[in-house]
Amino acid sequence: MTQTIQTTCPYCGVGCGITATVNTENRRLQIKGDKSHPANFGRLCSKGSALGETVALEGRLLEPHIHGQPTSWEAALDLVANTLLETIAQHGKDSVAIYGSGQLLTEDYYVANKLMKGFIGNANIDTNSRLCMSSSVAGHKRAFGADAVPGCYDDLELADLIVLIGSNTAWCHPVSFQRIRAAKETNPNLKIVVIDPRRTATCDIADLHLPLAAGSDTTLFNGLLNYVGYAARTNNFAVSINNETVRTAYPTDVDFIEKHTEGFAAAIAAASLAGNVQQVADYCQLTPEAVQQFYDWFTSTEKVMSLYSQGVNQSTSGTDKVNSIINCHLATGRIGKPGMGPFSLTGQPNAMGGREVGGLAHQLAAHMDFATPGDIDRVARFWQTDNIPEQGGLPAVALFDAIYEGKVKAVWVMGTNPVVSLPNADKVKAALQHCPFVVVSDCIANTDTADLAHVLLPAQGWSEKNGTVTNSERRISRQRSLFNGIGEAKPDWWIICQVAQRMGYAEAFAFTHPAEIFREHAALSGFENHGSRDFDISAFADISVESYDALQPVQWPVNANNPNGTARLFTDKRYFTPSGKAQFITVTPRPPVNAPDAEFPLILNTGRLRDQWHTMTRTALASKLNQHKPEPFVEVHPDDAASYQLAHNGLATLATRWGSMTARVQVTDSIQRGNVFVPMHWTQQLASDGRMGALVNPVVDPVSKQPECKHTPVQIAPYAAAWYGFVLSRQDFSGFKNLKGLNADYWVKIKGEQFYRYELAGKSLPDNWHHWAQNQLGEDANGEWQEYQDQGLGNYRAACFIEGRLDSVVFIANHANLPERNWLTSLFVQDALSKQDRLALLTGKPPQGVADAGSIVCACFNVGEKTICDAIKSLALKTPQDVGKCLKAGTNCGSCVPEIKGLLG
Amino acid sequence: MKQKLVVIGNGMAGMRTVEELLAAAPEQYQITVFGAEPHGNYNRILLSSVLAGEKSMGDILINDRQWYADNGIRLFAGGDKAVTRLDRGKKQVHAQDGTVADYDRLLIATGSNAVRPDLPGMDLDGVVSFRDIVDVETMLAYSQSHRHAVVLGGGLLGLEAANGLVQRGMSVTVIHNHAVLMNRQLDPAAAQLLQAALAERGINFKLAAKTEALLGDDNGHVQAVRFTDGSELPCDLFVTAIGVRPNIALAQAAGLYCERGIVVNDTLQSYDPSIYAVGECIQHRGDTFGLVAPLFEQAKVCANHLSQHGMAQYLTLPTATKLKVTGINLFSVGDFLGDADCENIYFTDTALGIYKKLVIKAGKLVGAVLYGDTVDGGWYQELLEQRADLAGIREGMVFGSSPT
Repeated sequence: MTQTIQTTCPYCGVGCGITATVNTENRRLQIKGDKSHPANFGRLCSKGSALGETVALEGRLLEPHIHGQPTSWEAALDLVANTLLETIAQHGKDSVAIYGSGQLLTEDYYVANKLMKGFIGNANIDTNSRLCMSSSVAGHKRAFGADAVPGCYDDLELADLIVLIGSNTAWCHPVSFQRIRAAKETNPNLKIVVIDPRRTATCDIADLHLPLAAGSDTTLFNGLLNYVGYAARTNNFAVSINNETVRTAYPTDVDFIEKHTEGFAAAIAAASLAGNVQQVADYCQLTPEAVQQFYDWFTSTEKVMSLYSQGVNQSTSGTDKVNSIINCHLATGRIGKPGMGPFSLTGQPNAMGGREVGGLAHQLAAHMDFATPGDIDRVARFWQTDNIPEQGGLPAVALFDAIYEGKVKAVWVMGTNPVVSLPNADKVKAALQHCPFVVVSDCIANTDTADLAHVLLPAQGWSEKNGTVTNSERRISRQRSLFNGIGEAKPDWWIICQVAQRMGYAEAFAFTHPAEIFREHAALSGFENHGSRDFDISAFADISVESYDALQPVQWPVNANNPNGTARLFTDKRYFTPSGKAQFITVTPRPPVNAPDAEFPLILNTGRLRDQWHTMTRTALASKLNQHKPEPFVEVHPDDAASYQLAHNGLATLATRWGSMTARVQVTDSIQRGNVFVPMHWTQQLASDGRMGALVNPVVDPVSKQPECKHTPVQIAPYAAAWYGFVLSRQDFSGFKNLKGLNADYWVKIKGEQFYRYELAGKSLPDNWHHWAQNQLGEDANGEWQEYQDQGLGNYRAACFIEGRLDSVVFIANHANLPERNWLTSLFVQDALSKQDRLALLTGKPPQGVADAGSIVCACFNVGEKTICDAIKSLALKTPQDVGKCLKAGTNCGSCVPEIKGLLG
Repeated sequence: MKQKLVVIGNGMAGMRTVEELLAAAPEQYQITVFGAEPHGNYNRILLSSVLAGEKSMGDILINDRQWYADNGIRLFAGGDKAVTRLDRGKKQVHAQDGTVADYDRLLIATGSNAVRPDLPGMDLDGVVSFRDIVDVETMLAYSQSHRHAVVLGGGLLGLEAANGLVQRGMSVTVIHNHAVLMNRQLDPAAAQLLQAALAERGINFKLAAKTEALLGDDNGHVQAVRFTDGSELPCDLFVTAIGVRPNIALAQAAGLYCERGIVVNDTLQSYDPSIYAVGECIQHRGDTFGLVAPLFEQAKVCANHLSQHGMAQYLTLPTATKLKVTGINLFSVGDFLGDADCENIYFTDTALGIYKKLVIKAGKLVGAVLYGDTVDGGWYQELLEQRADLAGIREGMVFGSSPT
C-alpha cells in the first residue's frame, strides 16, 4: 500500500519540505521535493534525494542494551533512572548531564531540557548546536536582545548583493545556494561576494571572492564599518549621533542609528583601528582592489544580505565576527526590510528548535535565560517546580572536560556522536571511557560514541519519528512518521518521559503524544510574554492533534497578532533589549588562540562535504552519496605539497598538539598556502584514523563557548606506507569478518551498490599476497580466482567470482596511484561478466570500446567526469544547461553544477 | 651455363630454401632434389592434424610433383632415391639406385631421426615413432583394429600423437619421465592446466615414470609396457616421441665436420665452402633445432648466400612453441623458467583455464608461458626479440597488447 506524506528533510538547516511516497509493506520510499514548501519549492539536494536509501534496517539499533547485552525497555529505563538518582544522591545534582543534538525534534528537546533544568535541577544540558550555532546565538542576543534571525529566505530573491561569509553554501546548504543561483539568473544586477579562505564550489557564482587570511574576518568587517561610517571616499561631513560627533558618509543611516541603536560611537572608534582599505587588505592578505570592490558594492547597494555560517561561528572570536557583520547592517539601517539583513545559515535541521526550547546550557527555556530577572521564577511557575538552578550549566567542551575530570559521573548522549565531532576528540573518548555511567540513545547501533555506552537506548529515526523542526528562517515544519516504529525503537520524547517518570516526575512528564508537548512548549512561549520575548508561538497553545498533524510550515512568532506567522522581525525597529534599541558591539579583532609555529607550521581548517552528513551514520548507507568524496582527505596547496614531500593521492598523517589523523592528499590551489583542509565526517566505524575531531584545538569563544574548529596549528608528513591497495567485496568486513584481518594500518570502508570498498595501506608487507587474499576473501569454497602478480613492481591483484558473479576484487601496489575504481565498482551490479570484461578486470580499466564514466560528478544521476567531458567535446556543449539536457547531470539537485562548469572551463 | 645445385632432403627446410632461392635468383641454378619419401614436399608439422582427423594428406601437401616440373627442378623421390654417398672430391652425390648428380653447390637438409629409447622389446611389432606419413598411416591403421595405445614422451609431439589417437577412439596413456608435461616449454603451473585439459579429453598420464621394458605376445607383437616399479600397462601400439637427433650420417661419412649436427656458420655454410646445410640436421653456434620457425629463417639466409647476394646473417632467436591440439591454446617462448635474477609476472584465471607468466630480466622480457589465452604471444615474442624497454608497459603487458 502506498501513501503520500509531506515531511521535512533531516539534514541541514535549510529545512526542505519533502513529499514522500511511502510503501509500508516493503519499507520503501520515493522522495521528491515538496513544491509547496517555502524553503525549497520542490528542490532537493543529493543528500535529501537519497533519503530513501537510508531507511533500510541496516545498522539500526532495534532493542535496548545494557553492557552490550539486549534487554527490555523496563530493565534499561529502570537502570537509567535509578543510576541517575543514585549518582545525584551520592555526588550532587551537578554530577549528571545530558548532551543532545540538533537532530532531535523540538518535542524531544523540550522534555529533555525540562527534565534537566526543571526537575533534576542543573543546567548541564548542552547540545552539538554548541559546535555550530552558539556564536550566532550570542551575537543575536548581544545585538538584538534575543536569538532572532531577522529575515527570511524570500529575501534572497529580493537582494541586489549577497555576501556569503565563511559558508560553502553550495555544499552545505545546497538548496539555498540553488535559490541564490536562480535569483542571479533572473536578476543580472545581483552581485555575489564570497568571503572564504578557500576557493570553494560556492565561488562558482561569485562576482568577487575574497580569500582572506584565516581568522581575519573581524578586521575585514570592522574595516567595512569604518568605511561605511567615515568619509572613506567623498563627501566628508560630520553629524551628531546620540550626542556624539562622528564623521560619516553615504550610506550611513543617521536617523536609524540615532533612534534605534546604541553603541555606534564606540563601535566605530574601535573599527577605525582597522585602518583604510590598504591597511585592511594588508592585514587580511587580500588585494586592495578586491577589498575596495567589496566595500564599494556594500556601500552602494541598498539591498544587501550577509549570509554566514561555520567559518564565522566556529572561532574563538565567533561572536565578535557575528556582531562585526551585524554592525555593518545596523550602521546602514539594512535590517528588518525586504531583501536585506544579516542571516545565519544554521547547520542542523533543528538547531533552531533546540534554541527555542532552551537546549543550550546557558539558556533556560523559550528564549528565557538565567540572567534575565524574573525568567527563572516564570518558568518555575509554569513548570510547577522549584528545582530550577540559579545559573547556566556546562557548555559542550567544558562538559566533557568535567566528565574527564570525574566531576560529571553520568551522562546521557542523545542522537549525536561527540567522540567524532567535538574538538580534542581523543580526550572526549577517554572521558566517556572513564565515565562511570554513559547512556546513548540513537537510531544507529554502532557509532564511535555508542561503542562506549553502558546503556544503549534504541531511538526512532527520521521516517519514524513525529514532531516539529525549525529551519534557519524561523520556519516550523512537521517531520512526520512515514513508517511505524521498527523493532523496539521509541521516540526520544517517550524515552525521556519514561526516565523522568521513573525518577519521580510522573506528573510533569505524563505526555502521550508529541502534540501535547508542542502545546506546552507553545504555551510557555506565550506565558507572560506580552511582546517582551521574540519567541512566541502561543497561537498553538491549544492546537488539536488533528491540526498539529496538518500543520503547514510557518515562521514564528505565531501569536494573536501574527496568526499566520512572521516573515521578518524588527520591521518596527524595536528590539528585545532593555532599551528596545539594537546594540552596536565594539569589536576588537583577536587572532585565533593558537598560532602556527615551527613545530606545527600549518593551519588546519575543517568542514562539510557535499554528499555526507555529520558522522555519516545515515548518509554513508546510501551508496551513491559515497562516490563524490569516498575517503577522508586533506587539501594541500601545491607549494606546501612540495615542501612536505606530499604526493597527490598519496597518504599523509596530520598531527596537532591534541591528536592525529591520516588522510588522502589532494593537492589543489583552491586552498591557500599554509592552510590545509580536512572534512569533518569520518569516524572509527568507517576509517582507521579519519576522525578530524582528534586534531582540533579545544579552545572556545569566551562569549558563545563555541570551539575554534576552523583554526588549529598542524604539521603534516607523508604516511610511510609499504603498500597501498583496495578491496572491493560483497562482504562487509565489519560484520562477520574483522577489518583487522586485512592487516592494514590504514583502512577506509565505503559502501557501494552491492559491494563494500576498502581503501587500504600498510606499513609492513604480508609474507605472501596470494595467501593474504585467500585468507581474507576465500571464505567461499566455490570461489573462482583470477590473479595478477608482479612482485618486482610490487603489484598484486586478484578477483574472486562465485558462480561467474564477481564477488571480490583486490588491488595492491607499492605506490598510491592505483587504477580508478569506478569501472570496477560498476561491475558488481552485473550477475555475470562478459569474458571481455573479466579478462580486463585486473587492469582496472574497461576493455577497449567500453566507456569509463570517470569519477562521479553528479550523484543524483550517477554521471561521471569522463562521460561529461566526452559529451562536452563530442557535442560541443557550452553551458551546464546543455550538459543537463544531454546527460541529466546537474538537473536534479544542481549541487554539481560548479563542477560541471569547471569541466566546461 | 647454369651452376648446379643439389639438395639432399625434400623436407620443409630444404624446400623452403629452394623456394626462397627461386624467388631471389630464379635463373642461377639448375636444381636437383633428392628425397627419401615418395611424395612431393609436405608440411610435417601438420601430421598431428592428419592423425587427429582434422586434415587430410592432400591438405598438408606444399608442393606436388608438377610444381617441381614447372620450376625446372629435377626431383628424385622415394626410398630407392635415398642418397647413400657423398663424394666431396668429385662434387657428386650417389643415390641408392645408382643415380648420380654433380653439384657446384650442395645443400644438405636431411632433417632428423626420432630418438629410439633403449628398451627391451623395441623390435616388437606395434612400435612406431611419429615422424612421417608412414608413421601416421601405421597409427591410423592400429586405431581401426586395436584398443590400447601408449605414447612414450610427454613433449609436444607425444601429446599431439596422444591427442590424435584419442580422437581416433583409442585408449591412450602418455608416459613421461618428468613430473611436468612439456617441461622443456612449460612451467609446472601451465603444465598442470594442460594435463587437466588433456585428461578431460580422455588421455591418461603416467608421469615421472621409468619404463623398464616392452612385453610382446607369442606373435612378436607388443602387448604391455612394464615399469621399474613392477606395474604394467596393456599396450597394442607403442609410439615413441622422446625427441629427435640430427640426421648427420651422410655428412659424417663424407668427412664433413659435425658435432651433434652438421656445424654451420652464420651463413649456413658448412666447413666445406661448397656445402650448405639447413634445418634439423645442423648445429649453429651450439644449437640444434626442432621447431619450424628458425628453419624458415635459416632458409631465407641460406638462399641469400646461394644466390650470391651474400648479405644476410643467421642468428638464433628464441622460438615460440604452440601445441597443435584443437581447443588448447598454449604458447611458450624464451627463458620461461627464469633464474634468481628474474622477476615474474603472473596472470591466472583458473576457472577460465588461463595462465600467463612473463619472465623479466634487467627490465627486458626474456621468456613467456601462456596457457588458455595466447593471443598476445606474438607481441611478447616481438618484445623479447627486440629486447624492448618495458618501462611504461610493464604494468599492463600481461593483459595484452591492446591498450585497455
